[in-house]
Amino acid sequence: MIKVRNLTKYYGERLAVDNISFDVGKGEIVGLLGPNAAGKTTTMRILTGFLTPTRGDTWIADCNMVTNSLEGRKHIGYMPESVPLYTDMTVREYLAFFGRLRGLDAKRTNHRINDVIGLCNLEEYVDSIIGKLSKGFRQRVGLAQAIIHEPEVLILDEPTVGIDPLQVSQTRTLIKELGKEHTILLSTHILPEVSATCGRVIIINRGRIIAQDSIENLSAIVKGARRLRIEVKGPHDQITKRLQRIDGVKKVSREGNYLIVESPIQIDPRSQVTEIIVKSGWTLLSIETVEMSLEDIFLQLTAKDKEESDSE
Amino acid sequence: MNKVMLIAGKELRSYLTSPMAYIITCIFLLISGVFFVLYLTATKYADTSIQGFIEPLSVFGLSNIGNVFLPLFASILTMRLLSEEKKIGTWELLLTSPVKDTEVILGKFLGSLGILVCMLVLTMYFPLMLAIFGQPDMGPIWTSYLGLFLIGSSALAVGTFTSSITTNQIIAAVVSGGILFALWFVGMVSNVLPTAIANVFSYISLSSHFSNFSVGIIDTKDIIYYLSVTALFLYAAIRSLETSRWN
Ligand SMILES: Nc1ncnc2c1ncn2[C@@H]1O[C@H](COP(=O)(O)OP(=O)(O)OP(=O)(O)O)[C@@H](O)[C@H]1O
Ligand SMILES: [Mg+2]
Repeated sequence: MIKVRNLTKYYGERLAVDNISFDVGKGEIVGLLGPNAAGKTTTMRILTGFLTPTRGDTWIADCNMVTNSLEGRKHIGYMPESVPLYTDMTVREYLAFFGRLRGLDAKRTNHRINDVIGLCNLEEYVDSIIGKLSKGFRQRVGLAQAIIHEPEVLILDEPTVGIDPLQVSQTRTLIKELGKEHTILLSTHILPEVSATCGRVIIINRGRIIAQDSIENLSAIVKGARRLRIEVKGPHDQITKRLQRIDGVKKVSREGNYLIVESPIQIDPRSQVTEIIVKSGWTLLSIETVEMSLEDIFLQLTAKDKEESDSE
Repeated sequence: MNKVMLIAGKELRSYLTSPMAYIITCIFLLISGVFFVLYLTATKYADTSIQGFIEPLSVFGLSNIGNVFLPLFASILTMRLLSEEKKIGTWELLLTSPVKDTEVILGKFLGSLGILVCMLVLTMYFPLMLAIFGQPDMGPIWTSYLGLFLIGSSALAVGTFTSSITTNQIIAAVVSGGILFALWFVGMVSNVLPTAIANVFSYISLSSHFSNFSVGIIDTKDIIYYLSVTALFLYAAIRSLETSRWN
């Protein structure tokens, strides 16, 4: 549904997107994850035809967005980062305008307005002036605008920024729901967002893709390390020292009431850990292997990327 | 074409829900009203017969102030046309919708033209009053309206263009005001220049093409001039929109 090949974008001298390629298949929800200034918005603006790339090509539903953007745009629903709205219109007028602009006839537009109003829980505000809505509801209007014409591809730039936790989780549920009928590319720099909504993640930093895979695979790749989380009763300092002496253990650190033991994946220090603790007369309350969080993955990957480009 | 009308309608609607268009229209009606009265009383002293009111050139003063003030008002009307959308970002939605750049610009322009037409229609109570209380020569009146419409649409096109190159409304208004003033000014100074230059100047001047209309003459040269200015600046606006994608 979305195909990107060797995409490069310079703003004058500044390189914002550096030769990236990826695909998003029909029905997928893919997260574009990256820190500020990574090039997420720029990539999305090129995908939607708002900007022309310096080099490279993008396709939306088999339409080349450089040469045939007008046709391609029919298949796209887009919510820009700033959620732009005509604040002097009512929600209904706003949705009607974009419905018509994207080719729906009057009857279909009305029909669709009712649908999206329901989907986005906007019933109460449908005849309110947009300028008077709270941020969270504006966000929903922005989302409603993106799906009004039933596009095959949805491109959402940071869809949950600036809304309260309850609405964030509602929005994520909604995005997942939409994912059943649309192909979705969303950007974020919030890690839980990707694990909560996306099946796959593309991590970009400083304009380059540094990793892309399903969330599970990604953790496995970066893992390379095994992490044990131990809850133990006893003098933590002493325990830490003892555990560090185990062959192969790279690092022992404290995390709240737990100790984290890191080792390469091929070494399983569990039996040794239990033995040492029990023999020393401390009490082992629990021991478990923990998955690396996306956050760890991300930090590790961006750090690696930085090291590489620094050494260049 | 549908989409052009859709955008024009949206634009017209947003003019009618904000105070700006009303303020402009009020000031325009006020100024033209004052001129109307001034001309009326001036011609009354010159000739006491009822028909004498209607010295063609004065066509209730509207034509003269029209070609001076109308461009000014046009600059103010059009300043937010595109710059505002760029600033609040709705621009991004317009340009990523399946609409041609040309349709966006034409829609915007026609929206503002709609307001201009409203303004002109509202002044029609001047000739109506003349027609009730006298027998005005309607010819020059209608041609004046045609001229005002044409000069107004040229000015709106200039404003549409300047609004497309900036996110700042004030800059848009000042630049279009500047361009329009320059086009008007070359007509004024052409009188005092050597003929060769004067001819060029008066050809490119907005105001010199207006004088025929105000005395009841429709010259295709003048019509073509105004239409070319309109087309030229709308084309420039479309190009500026295209280049914005290249950033
Ligand atoms: N219109 C522009 N003109 C010049 N440079 C720009 C422009 N837009 C973005 N940039 C630059 O391009 C780079 C990538 O920006 P982009 O907005 O794509 O990042 P992002 O990943 O969306 O960041 P964020 O998470 O902050 O939204 C940044 O260095 C930014 O300064
Ligand atoms: Mg961004």
